[in-house]
Amino acid sequence: MHPAFSILFFTTLAGTAQGLVALLAMAVLGGVVMAPGFLLMALGLAGVLLVAGLAASFLHLGRKSQAWRAVLMWRTSWMSREVIVLPAFIGLVGLWWGLLKSGSSLVQPWVMPVILILGALALWYCTAMIYACLRFIEEWAHPLTIINFTLIGLSSGLVLGCALAAMAGEARLLQAASPFALTFTLLAWFTRMLALKRNGAIKHKSTLQSATGIKSATLVQKSMGMSAGAFNTREFFHGASQALLKNVKMGFILLAFAVPSLLLLWGYSIQHGWPFVLALASQAPGLLAERWFFFSQAKHPQNLYYQVVS
Amino acid sequence: MKIQWLKDLLQQNAVAQVPAAVPTQSIPRQPQRVRAEQGETLAIQLALVIDLNVCVGCHACVTSCKEWNTSGSAGPLADVQAYSANPTGTFFNRVQTYEAGTFPGTDTIHFPKSCLHCEDPPCVPVCPTGASYKRKEDGIVLVDYDKCIGCKYCAWACPYGARELDEARQVMTKCTLCVDRIYDAHLPKEDRKPACVKACPTGARLFGDVKDPNSEVSRAIRERGGYSLMPEWDTQPANQYLPRRVTPKMES
Repeated sequence: MHPAFSILFFTTLAGTAQGLVALLAMAVLGGVVMAPGFLLMALGLAGVLLVAGLAASFLHLGRKSQAWRAVLMWRTSWMSREVIVLPAFIGLVGLWWGLLKSGSSLVQPWVMPVILILGALALWYCTAMIYACLRFIEEWAHPLTIINFTLIGLSSGLVLGCALAAMAGEARLLQAASPFALTFTLLAWFTRMLALKRNGAIKHKSTLQSATGIKSATLVQKSMGMSAGAFNTREFFHGASQALLKNVKMGFILLAFAVPSLLLLWGYSIQHGWPFVLALASQAPGLLAERWFFFSQAKHPQNLYYQVVS
Repeated sequence: MKIQWLKDLLQQNAVAQVPAAVPTQSIPRQPQRVRAEQGETLAIQLALVIDLNVCVGCHACVTSCKEWNTSGSAGPLADVQAYSANPTGTFFNRVQTYEAGTFPGTDTIHFPKSCLHCEDPPCVPVCPTGASYKRKEDGIVLVDYDKCIGCKYCAWACPYGARELDEARQVMTKCTLCVDRIYDAHLPKEDRKPACVKACPTGARLFGDVKDPNSEVSRAIRERGGYSLMPEWDTQPANQYLPRRVTPKMES
């Protein structure tokens, strides 16, 4: 598939923001003492990232004025469900922010954190199911897609939370969160490697023979029926060399998982701030590369019909 | 269920926008636009049957399809940079060429490909707006351009690459089985067929109801070993293909 940068930014930004909200919610539930200003700032940043993600996904649409219609088919479409859950989640983050800001005791203090953790999980599920529900894109149609969207989101949110805590001098939050940041980064690394291993070994169900119904064992396309390109030759091909794909794969394993894991371990052992900031700086481009690879690695069966110009 | 009232309201608005001046009596057979539910068994399923034994790869169906559908009420199909080095445009139908076997015993097979109007179309349930739908009355899979937001998700959900985004209008387009032609009472009866079927010089394209066991298409599928593309995904394409036959040598 062709990786669209609007979707790369949307899924990584929103995933990180969800992870950050989940961390803050867990910290509040766990009784970790934070400066009120820090909690508001971190929650506000999550809100900004979510809105930026929503804007990025909006840019992906061809006809933006009709975007509101995307909520209508929630009974059958995972995209529709996501379009409902994302703004609802942003609204809930805003509501919690408002309740914290005003010091309101309208609801019990545990209510909003619990709702937001469930909301973050629901949003990861909807986002991942958009890809996992397409049964013939076999690289995506697997529970590992859902597990990876969730774990990578948690890892990146925890890394961001640790970096913020380190910069703001929130020692207690840093102490509480950094072991979880390391654990979830290692977990995400492990399950992403499982997906890479699975996807590398896929024997695709569709062949040129099943696509055309021509029985011959030797079958090649001689013409795709047009001399220049079309939507079908752009949308479904990444256009990158195998060498670049391999480098991006190595790059994201290093930048998104290996280097942050080492930095988190180091930061935890010396209880000092700046390794966490470095982990964030390494993971951010790493996650974009990871998402780019997620799209590029997926082979759409329609590509069987578009192999040879003439 | 809770937003049914909203859908009803939208539907009413859509109906209200149809010019009242259209004399209803002149279009007696134009069916109502009713959405088929997922998994519903339809009484009528219009489809094409492509005879690979006689297709000569002339692309007349491609040009005829483009001509008809670019002149329709939905507006022209995009032709971007039509006269430059890298032209690109929207087509509902493509004719591809494959070579089977090894030289010298090779077979050149021309292979027309358009939307297969699946009986269980995977492109329809994924559409977030409901712009993609399958008609209850004849099984044609259509896109309502007024509702399409150009998110391209339906194209991802079609294993056949049958949908093409019109990059000028930013709406998803696909074969309509010439829905604006096959019911047009202004046309002579023999012309109420898809443009590609009318254009084919070798009769490689048959059109009809695959649910009617006595139709030309059903008989062709039965007698000539008609088959579906990518049966592994269980999309139950309505369009079927007739395989090559060995032509007996002529006595000289």
